[in-house]
Order: sequence, then C-alpha cells, then structure tokens
Amino acid sequence: MAEPLFTSEEQKKFDAGIAEIISHYPPDRKSAGMLPALRLLQDLKGWLPPEGMRLVAKHLEVTPERAYEVASFYVMYHLKKPGKYVIDVCTNLSCALWGAEKMLAYLEEKLGLTAGEANEKFTLRETECLASCGTAPCLQVNEEHHENLTKAKLDELLAKLT
Amino acid sequence: MAATSAFEPIISGAWGKPQSWTLDSYRKRGGYEALKKVLEMAPAAIIDEVKKSNLRGRGGAGFPTGLKWSFVPKDSPKPKYLAVNADESEPGTFKDRYILELDPHMMLEGIAIASYALGVHTCYVYIRGEFKFPTERCQAAIDEAYKAGIFGKKVLGKDFELNCYIVRGAGAYICGEETALLESLEGKKGWPRLKPPFPAVVGLFGSPTVVNNVETLASVPHIFSRGSDWYAKLGTDKSGGTRLVCLSGTVNRPGVYEVDMFTTVSDLIFSDKFGKGLPAGRKVKAVIPGGSSAPVLGADELDVALEFEALKVKQTMAGSGGVIVMDDSSCMVRCLWRVARFYAEESCGQCTPCREGTPWQTRLLRKIEEGRGVPSDLELLSNVASSIAPYPPIGLGNTICALGDAAALPTHSFLMRYRAEFEAHIHEKRCPFGDKPWGAFGDWS
Repeated sequence: MAEPLFTSEEQKKFDAGIAEIISHYPPDRKSAGMLPALRLLQDLKGWLPPEGMRLVAKHLEVTPERAYEVASFYVMYHLKKPGKYVIDVCTNLSCALWGAEKMLAYLEEKLGLTAGEANEKFTLRETECLASCGTAPCLQVNEEHHENLTKAKLDELLAKLT
Repeated sequence: MAATSAFEPIISGAWGKPQSWTLDSYRKRGGYEALKKVLEMAPAAIIDEVKKSNLRGRGGAGFPTGLKWSFVPKDSPKPKYLAVNADESEPGTFKDRYILELDPHMMLEGIAIASYALGVHTCYVYIRGEFKFPTERCQAAIDEAYKAGIFGKKVLGKDFELNCYIVRGAGAYICGEETALLESLEGKKGWPRLKPPFPAVVGLFGSPTVVNNVETLASVPHIFSRGSDWYAKLGTDKSGGTRLVCLSGTVNRPGVYEVDMFTTVSDLIFSDKFGKGLPAGRKVKAVIPGGSSAPVLGADELDVALEFEALKVKQTMAGSGGVIVMDDSSCMVRCLWRVARFYAEESCGQCTPCREGTPWQTRLLRKIEEGRGVPSDLELLSNVASSIAPYPPIGLGNTICALGDAAALPTHSFLMRYRAEFEAHIHEKRCPFGDKPWGAFGDWS
C-alpha cells in the first residue's frame, strides 16, 4: 500500500487550515481558496504532490485539473520537490546595476549549479524583481529576503545553510 | 528604512521609529481618529471629500480615487468588495512593502474608511507571495485591529461589520493588474479580463469591487484628519497630497523618499536630502521615472516634476514611482534586454501580440547585445514592439491588459533616444562596453 500523504499531525493542520480558508469566502465560492490551499499544502509537504493537489481540489469542489492549472501558472509553487534551500536571485535592472549578474555567476560556481537547476540541498533560480531595488543586490532563501549583499555577506549566509 | 523628505512626511513619518508597526504606536500618533470622524458622516459625503482631495491612485495608473469609488452602484443587491492591491512587483518599485512592514495600520484605517463609504463588509488584501515578512507584519496588525474592535462585527462600536483577510499571491507580476488580481482572488490563474465591464460594476465574484493600491489607502486617513482642502493644497490642481518615490540604480543613496508633487527627477537624484547624486566622475545617461514600463528619459529631460501630468507631457508616466538611474558607463542595449526579458517572463500568454512579441523582443536584443545583430534588426525590433503596442501616445496597445504596453514602451523609448548605441553594437559586432555593461556599481565584490 502507498504511504499516506500526511502524518496524523499534518492531517490535523491541513483540515484546520482548509476549514479556515473556506470560511473567508462566500459559501458558494469555495474554489476561491485555491491559492491559500495550495500554499497550505506546500507549507506542510515542501512541494505539491499530485495526490495533495487532488485532495485540495476535492475540498474546494473543483476538478484536479483546476488545481494543477493554478499550481503551474504561479512560479512559487513547486511541482517537483525542491532542494532544502530555494535560492531566488533577482537579476532585474536595479539589481543588475548593482552587480547581480556577477553575484549569480559567483553563486553558480560556488554551488555547482546553473540557474534553474537543483540538487538535494539547493534549488538555484533567477527570479524577478523582489522589491529590494533600494537595497540591491538581493536574493531570497526560502522566501526570506537578504539584501545589500556583498561577497563577504553572501559567504557568511551560505555558511549558515547547512 | 527611514524615508526623508523636504517637508513633514505624511505616509512615511513614523518609519524608523521604534515599534512603528503596532496599534499602540499608531494610536499615539492619532491613528483611527479619522475613522471615528468618518463613521459619523454619510457615505456620499465621504466619497465627496476624497474627490475634493484630488487623491490619485498610487499603483501606477493614477486614476482619481474618489471618482473610482463613485462608480460603485449604490443600488446593487449584491455584496460589494474592497480588494487591496499589495502585489507590488513593477521593477524599480519598493514602497508599499515598507508601508506593510513599518506602518500597516495606516493602510488598515484607509481600508476601514473606504469600506464604510462603499458599504463593503469584506476586504481582501492581496499581497505578493514573495512578501513573507510584510505579510506577517500586516497579519499581526489585522489581528490587533480585530482585538481592538476596529474590524469585526461592529467597527468601533458602530453597527457596521467589516472583515479583512490577507491572500498571498504565488509569484506572478500579472496579478498586479486589477482584473488579473480579481481572477487570482477567485482562485484562478491570473488572466486579465476584458474591460468593460469595470470592476466597480462587475468585479470579485461578479460583484461591485473597488481595487486600490496600498499607498492610496494609506493616504485616505489624512484626508479626514486634516481636511480634503489641506490635502489637495499639498499638490497640484489635479493631483493632491504627497507621494512615495523609490530611487534605485546608479545613485549614491537609493531608497524610498516622500516627495511633494513639485519635486523634479533631477532634485530626487542630486539633492542631499534624497539621492546625493552619482559616484564621482559619472553622469546620468538615462532615467526610468515610473517603474520599468515607463518610457525612459534622457539626461537632458530631468527637469520635470515627478507627477502624473508633468510626466505625461514628456510622453512617459509617473506610474508606480519607481525611478531607476543609469549612468553614462552603462549599456542601454543590455539594460533594455533585462527589462524586455522580464516582460517576456511575466506575460500571461493570453494575447498573441504579447505572448509572441515579448520573447521576440528579448531574442533580438540579446542578439544585438552579443554582437550578432544586423542593421535590419532595429527596424524589426521596432515593428515587433509596435505590434504589441504603438507609441506615442501611451495606451493604444493591442492586448487585453496594459502589460503589452508596459513591454513595448521601454523598447520604443530606448530605441528613440539611444539609437546610436544600438547601431554601434551592430556596426562593431560587439557590445562597446565589453564585460562592463552595468555602469559604476556593476562590479560586485
């Protein structure tokens, strides 16, 4: 038999989370909760396993295709299991004017990954403007901002990601 | 982040002060007193005051806020909604983030005032997915507001119910477009809707909906605490109040600054109160005045106020307040390529001119930047941009939403102003800036 999707602890959190999400919308508009529900699933599992998306769809009373359509449209949803640390580097104009391309090249060399690739420990991606243009260059590690990055600061940060 | 300004700041006054994000701090500064006043007023009178204040939307389009509110039908049997656009994603823009982080109650008071005026009982704050920390701060403020009886069954004791929920996006620039935002709030992919009907009539769940930007709503309480006349008089006769501008790129002191409607692009870059100029020996080559979609200004065009009408005269726009400075040692082809790539990545794929045209622009620019361009590429690039949206004037795009315009305007304006630089790339078969295309601060260490 396949392993269950959730542990009993996760199941409790999922059920409570879904109930809370649905309560924010009109009773006939449960499907509006798709984005928060997918985020709930991802927070619990680290990504969006297909059986999880089917479960979300069932709770929101839509087809599984609808969950997949939404999950594949937005870049922050992981359709595959990412590395333990997801590093998103902004290379848009304001950051590029403060050296973002060189910072990305340094990261690629240091992690042995090209932007867009992943291993068990790291997913390295280029991302779009993170609204840190005044504190460039910047990146996110698992959705936390790190700004005004110098080589020294970046090395210090990477050393913490064990 | 502490913003500075030439006068008493309205929006950013508490930034940098201890615990500025708490209800306690906000109340000590007179917070929620405007809401008390408003709850004694007739809704129509509230909307009139906002009209008189000349407040214009701070999200990008600059539409008069009071007028937008007045489009909501009064006799609709459907529930009405307020959707707050906190999907701040326009490259070069980073102001709403600091309102959410440093003074969220100012926006929440604006939400309560708007909701009461419009007869809204449910408000959704749509925050971009990448804003984890701003979301946490904003949620904590909402929780405080519920506890203090500002939100919930009775707003400040009045028989008026208001609920406020945060919805986090998940990484899609297009969801800052108001109808895509509504689609996303309905739990769908962010595909913009055809307008009309406008959201004020058919918005969220088919109901009348007002979509307002974070800074717009944070401006609203001041109109009632100090009067719409006072607010209007701070600005020009068409645009009241102050605004936050975001200065980035090659300047000595990037940051968010609260300015009046008379501050020029040049003041912002060079004044000691703001950007403190460029590094020694460098001169301005180009400035994007209102987020990366705004047509670029040349070095000789900086004596223009950072205000909607003034920038319109220059055939560009005040947009979202993102001012990006490029110095004389930066490569215009490379800069435009970055911008073009962004719009190609973020095109939602719904309309053919944008879906096909934005990657085409990007490929052509890369080809030119890498020294593989041929003379006819410039004509082709211009044609591709024109088939997405011609220019000037702004706003004639061939697509459902303004992302098409946003993607084409930079191309048109860079080609117009810096054509010689594009030609040099083609003629020399290389980038004249070699491996240093990013100007004075481009060398990272």
